[in-house]
Amino acid sequence: MLNNYDILETIKMIEEEHLDIRTITMGISLIDCAAEDINVLADKIYDKVTRRAEKLVETGEQIETELGIPIINKRISVTPIAMIGATSAADSYVPLAQALDRAAATTGVNFVGGFSALVQKGFSKGDEILIRSIPEALAETELVCSSVNVASTKAGINLDAIRMMGEVIRKTAELTADRNCIGAGKLVVFANAVEDNPFMAGAFHGVGEPDCVINVGVSGPGVVHSAIRRAGPDCSINEIADIIKKTAFKITRMGQLVGSIASQRLGVPFGIVDLSLAPTPAVGDSVARILEEVGLECCGTHGTTAILAMLNDAVKKGGVMASASVGGLSGAFIPVSEDEGMIHAVREGALCFDKLEAMTAVCSVGLDMIAIPGDTPAETISAMIADEIAIGVVNTKTTAVRVIPAIGKKVGDELEFGGLLGSAPVMDVHPFSSAGFIHRGGRIPAPMHSLKN
Amino acid sequence: MRAVVTVAGKDHTGVIAKIATTLSDHNVNILDVHQNVLGGDMFAMTMLVELEGCNVSFPALTAELEADGLELGMKVHVMHEDIFNAMHRI
Repeated sequence: MLNNYDILETIKMIEEEHLDIRTITMGISLIDCAAEDINVLADKIYDKVTRRAEKLVETGEQIETELGIPIINKRISVTPIAMIGATSAADSYVPLAQALDRAAATTGVNFVGGFSALVQKGFSKGDEILIRSIPEALAETELVCSSVNVASTKAGINLDAIRMMGEVIRKTAELTADRNCIGAGKLVVFANAVEDNPFMAGAFHGVGEPDCVINVGVSGPGVVHSAIRRAGPDCSINEIADIIKKTAFKITRMGQLVGSIASQRLGVPFGIVDLSLAPTPAVGDSVARILEEVGLECCGTHGTTAILAMLNDAVKKGGVMASASVGGLSGAFIPVSEDEGMIHAVREGALCFDKLEAMTAVCSVGLDMIAIPGDTPAETISAMIADEIAIGVVNTKTTAVRVIPAIGKKVGDELEFGGLLGSAPVMDVHPFSSAGFIHRGGRIPAPMHSLKN
Repeated sequence: MRAVVTVAGKDHTGVIAKIATTLSDHNVNILDVHQNVLGGDMFAMTMLVELEGCNVSFPALTAELEADGLELGMKVHVMHEDIFNAMHRI
């Protein structure tokens, strides 16, 4: 028999410390959906997604009830639509986004990701059409998420794509200005994007993946925070790292269990568990508050990057043994609007844009859910992307940018998204122009991987 | 399938009786019981039960036990045994 202490610990984690499974994401390949007529293609996509994911939500809810652990999101990711759209003769892929949106509504999932293009080395036929379609696609749909991979360590950085994405992000925000610019919150620009990411907005189903697969993302900043608080102020930082490892192990075991049950019941292979610490705007579910618990007056002050590096590493070390197969983004997330402690730190003036950029060098994933002034020029957004992407390319890691130009708003104002997306205080950005650099275009060559210093 | 039933709240008479009656009504066998009264009046109980012969669905049984908990002024959880094994056993 299990002992009482263990049983009560698990229940406490779920009831009081917000332990949950953040997402079960079904990856679905659309490679077999080619068609020259865009409407036929849209129907094929709708049919395949709804057929494959028919029982996803129902199965997720069953597992939730039986295990007593909340599964917050059920999601779908698909093959990058630029590749599928390219089989048609169309010059806009908005109808494909609409088909995905309908399929998401029919299956009852929270989001569908994969309105995506991979252009790290250049544009193929569908890529440019897809990128041009993004603003309208995100404005016309509710549940579709979009991502574009503009760089990789092996290919270098596609500056032409980065220039386009600055404009696309602005336009997407403008088209959804009446809805707090939420379109830009569903659009992410990547370096070294992973093919099995279960998290939005960056999830897509990679070409090396099987026809259909189940990936799981776990969550548990509240559990880690409580464990560190219980340890008290007197233990050393290596003891803290050890506590985080043990806690991450327990959290990840939940993901492994839920993923394996879901995979078995749906008759779909189990892909990976994403070893993540994903915050929510709820009090007690914040990554920033973990950093503060370790000993910072406020997140963003000196020491933040060091603690975050330790946290991120300990989460991976603890999680790796708990799962049969690890993948995705794996690490601590620092989305500003989705983290109560981050929002607080920005309002206090302790956390600035440049510090966030430094933090992304040691954690997963990047400049995430940051509202910037509505009059920020497209070239400045592109330059932010270029900086962040360079960190990923040089350090052989995934980095990403999801900034939201708050149209009509300035520093000090806030965007209110509600729900898991939270609220974003508009942050100050550098006023000096980067236009000359961005307009040069071309490609920054891949970095070398010896003579490391 | 085996599940763990936990009951926690302010101690009073008849808690085990009520929960056990509901389980028995639905042909659920109790395999193990642990019970403590902590700090004078905090009642905490964990039960391991076998649901093999259970004559209602898992959600229905859970709902009924949670309703018992409400009547007793206590918090009742019913969770598959696997979640605890996964977290606490390697």
